Amino acid sequence: MADTTAHAAPVEHTSTGLPSTKLAMWLFLASECLLFGALITTYVLYRGASTTGPYPSEIFDIRYTSVSSFVLLASSLTMVLSLTAAEKRDFARMRLWLVATALLGMTFVGGQVYEFTSFYHEGLSLTTNLFGTTFYVLTGFHGVHVTVGILMLLSLVGMSWAGRLPDDQAFPVEMVGLYWHFVDIVWIVIFTVVYLIPQAKPAG
Amino acid sequence: MATAASVPAPRGIIRRPTATTGWLSWFTTIDHKKIGLLYGFSAFAFFIIGGLEALLIRAQLAKPDNTLLNADQYNQIFTMHGLTMIFLFVMPMSAAFFNYMIPLMIGARDVAFPRLNAFSYWVFLLGGLFLYSSWFLGGAPNGGWFGYPPNSTTDPTIGMTFYALGLIITGLASSAGAINLAVTVVNMRAPGMTLFRMPVFVWMGLVVQFLLVFALPIITVALFEMLFDRRWGTHFFDPTAGGRPLLWQNLFWLFAHPEVYILILPAFGIISEILPVFSRKPLFGYQFVVFSGIAIGFIGFGVWAHHMFAVGLGPVANTAFGITTAIIAVPTGIKIFNWMGTMYGGDIHFDTPMLMAVGAVAMFVIGGLSGVTHAVVPSDYQQTDTYYVVAHFHYVLFGGAVFGLFGGVFYWWPKIFARQLDERWGKVQFWIMLIGFNLTFGPMHILGLGGMIRREYTYPASLGLTFWNQVSTVGAYLIALSTLVFVVNAVKTQRTAKGLANEDPWDARTLEWTTSCPPPVYNFEEIPVVHSIDEFWHRKYAEDKEGRLIRVPAGASDHAAADGHGGAIHLPTPSFWPLIAAVGLPTIAYGVLYSWWLVGAGALVTVIGFMGWAMEPPVAE
Amino acid sequence: MRQLDEFHEEAGARGMSDPSEVGHARHIHPSAKEYVRIGVILVILTALEVWVSYSSLPHGLLIGILFFLAFVKFGLVVLWFMHLRFDDARYSRFFIMGFAGACILFLVVLLLFKAFAG
Ligand code: HEM
Repeated sequence: MADTTAHAAPVEHTSTGLPSTKLAMWLFLASECLLFGALITTYVLYRGASTTGPYPSEIFDIRYTSVSSFVLLASSLTMVLSLTAAEKRDFARMRLWLVATALLGMTFVGGQVYEFTSFYHEGLSLTTNLFGTTFYVLTGFHGVHVTVGILMLLSLVGMSWAGRLPDDQAFPVEMVGLYWHFVDIVWIVIFTVVYLIPQAKPAG
Repeated sequence: MATAASVPAPRGIIRRPTATTGWLSWFTTIDHKKIGLLYGFSAFAFFIIGGLEALLIRAQLAKPDNTLLNADQYNQIFTMHGLTMIFLFVMPMSAAFFNYMIPLMIGARDVAFPRLNAFSYWVFLLGGLFLYSSWFLGGAPNGGWFGYPPNSTTDPTIGMTFYALGLIITGLASSAGAINLAVTVVNMRAPGMTLFRMPVFVWMGLVVQFLLVFALPIITVALFEMLFDRRWGTHFFDPTAGGRPLLWQNLFWLFAHPEVYILILPAFGIISEILPVFSRKPLFGYQFVVFSGIAIGFIGFGVWAHHMFAVGLGPVANTAFGITTAIIAVPTGIKIFNWMGTMYGGDIHFDTPMLMAVGAVAMFVIGGLSGVTHAVVPSDYQQTDTYYVVAHFHYVLFGGAVFGLFGGVFYWWPKIFARQLDERWGKVQFWIMLIGFNLTFGPMHILGLGGMIRREYTYPASLGLTFWNQVSTVGAYLIALSTLVFVVNAVKTQRTAKGLANEDPWDARTLEWTTSCPPPVYNFEEIPVVHSIDEFWHRKYAEDKEGRLIRVPAGASDHAAADGHGGAIHLPTPSFWPLIAAVGLPTIAYGVLYSWWLVGAGALVTVIGFMGWAMEPPVAE
Repeated sequence: MRQLDEFHEEAGARGMSDPSEVGHARHIHPSAKEYVRIGVILVILTALEVWVSYSSLPHGLLIGILFFLAFVKFGLVVLWFMHLRFDDARYSRFFIMGFAGACILFLVVLLLFKAFAG
């Protein structure tokens, strides 16, 4: 054992043989599951509980949101492609895919901002009714997560470009990727629960 | 770090700090031991403040129709008392011990993520200060520590907004700390330190971190919803728009019941370390203690609704939760039997740590018994919101957790400071505290059954409650006296010369005592190799043919014989970035209250902090 | 008890094993082609979801199908893009704890409220 300290091995030496950062990332994502779990629970609990309009069916444009969903899915694909490139040590291509991922992410967030403003003009604000309250807070939380992800992607690109990443660049890419995909699966659930499942206007 | 002498010019914007001594080093330290100390000092300071608030409460209640405090002030004080004691004292005090001791006990050089560790501490401290700044900015939270809406969401003063923001911030600190410590235990153990050779304290630490990881996000969501309701007029808990205040109660207790075990399990861990050492016997039924700890963790999530019997969930739900509440008594009972088994037939030494530990067990049992009566649903209808409940949870939290934590303070003081707290003063403190504690909270059972309502700022003389209230107030001041005794003891001890005649004063059993007192920055010159539970004990003692213990001559089986590796150990370098990233968070919170510009500035500071952090290599070469 | 101890003994022993093993898990990640294939499936499933939501199936069935499709998409991303299928089981264990916790939270809270209302 004595010599493990002598040559600082690039591979962490851990009890499980697994890198600590990755364990921590998964634990963090597990925690995030409960965060979004509680938010989605709130949304579902208040489905159809609004006492005034506008109601979801009057506001949602499923086609528009589907496009957003495709964009976010595509960004997950570009993310893994960047990981593949990193594993092949093709770092230029890795950065290219990372930039693509970030751009797709920005498109998604931009789309969300546009969606929010147009809903607002149609009369749905944060305080209009329970639907507005729960809708904006849930999707807003998700949007903030996407934004944080974009920041991480861009810093990754910058650091890789400036040569500030460790030699094994695939590892940080994989970590940011895990976060990014998580944000994507949250959207998969939100898209279904919030947008696709039709919600009747309450009688009266 | 001697090796960092010839650093090449750093590339960062800010020069990388390298000093590990001096006042500035406390702001940049990422050494788990220093961070542990910071947690400890801050938590103790908050304990004093929360205690002073308790004294004010008791002073107000010392006589009927008292006017020392008005209803408004009283509400703020008992709310801040509860919040302080739970979020700013017991939790960080446990974090202090976990931080300091877990790496030492599992044979590691630091936690898994030293800078994240510093970040957690600063976020906690700044979150606590943020919460306290409310006193000067329009009034402290006043809705009780569980802040039930709609009162909490419609209250016109600013206090409950501080509550939501402050708890979000400290919750973030705990989450980051919990992930860090959980990964440390899972991944940083010395060779041979299998999970089932870990000290029970480490086990309890692991369970607590998992509870935190899964419980905190739930309360975070609830707090955000409250924040939005209060600050931006949303309708989450607004019944007039169809919102349901009961949602808050569900989410809150879904968090707060595990929280109760988050508060008590660290103390259980400490007790499980102290009892074997001072009974000269291995812990009786190690596996049972561990498994019951895990079971408590799991079941803890299932009992939240018992807090809401009185709100009418319907008979089926009530029965189900009544049963789970009673079930949780089982693993707790197992632990208590194991502790008694440990002491039984042992060669017991009643030093102060042992007194504290035994006191904690005894007080916890009393609290547990009054708790079981809660599981009986009909009786709960009468006790909810009376002083009976106040008595119950103080027996559990003060009796169990605070006595246990003090036990840890006395037990590990020599390890941490290389000085021993005075035993006589320690015993004086213990007895005053025990008597004061029982005088304070024992009578509250009677008061509760006599109909005294909690959270009422005063009571009429006609109720006939005056006598027991006065007893209770006298008890509270005795507790304060005992704390004063502790402070005097600590200060006097620290004035004496550093150094212990015996670096293993208690004849202890676990790895943290194999290093010097205080441990060097790198903890272990050479990472120990572990062969059994109570590794250190087995290095010191062997059994002869008749099964008697004989002392192994020092050094004979000591794997840690120094051979000068200390100089070659690469330790993470101190860093400013965790502090900078942490400063951004309360800035954002003030921004939420006052100005979007401040939100932007805070977010910018945090982002810059994290960027700098990411760009900086963990070890400056 | 002993068995458990031995089990963990083994787990601990693994920690002491050859560190060069650690890097290996990485190299069994899927190829770019496989990723693209999964991506295409995800797109098709999403299109299917949207189409289903416009159809006039009975309400209950429709919700069932939508949840099923979402679950499949969720699984594909987690298992392939996040590599849980290829990685050490301990990562999955962490994630499953969180995911199961979220599902239980969802079910229990909603059930409680139904019980309350009814
Ligand atoms: C120093 C000794 C202490 C005294 C004399 C004391 C006294 C009190 C009293 C009289 C109340 C009831 C206020 C009311 O309902 O009107 C109270 C509430 C409370 N105490 Fe303590 N306490 C002490 C220590 C602690 C400790 C160590 C903890 C936790 C670890 C704690 C946690 C709480 C909590 C959570 C509440 C409930 C606050 C609320 O109703 O929102 N207390 N305390």
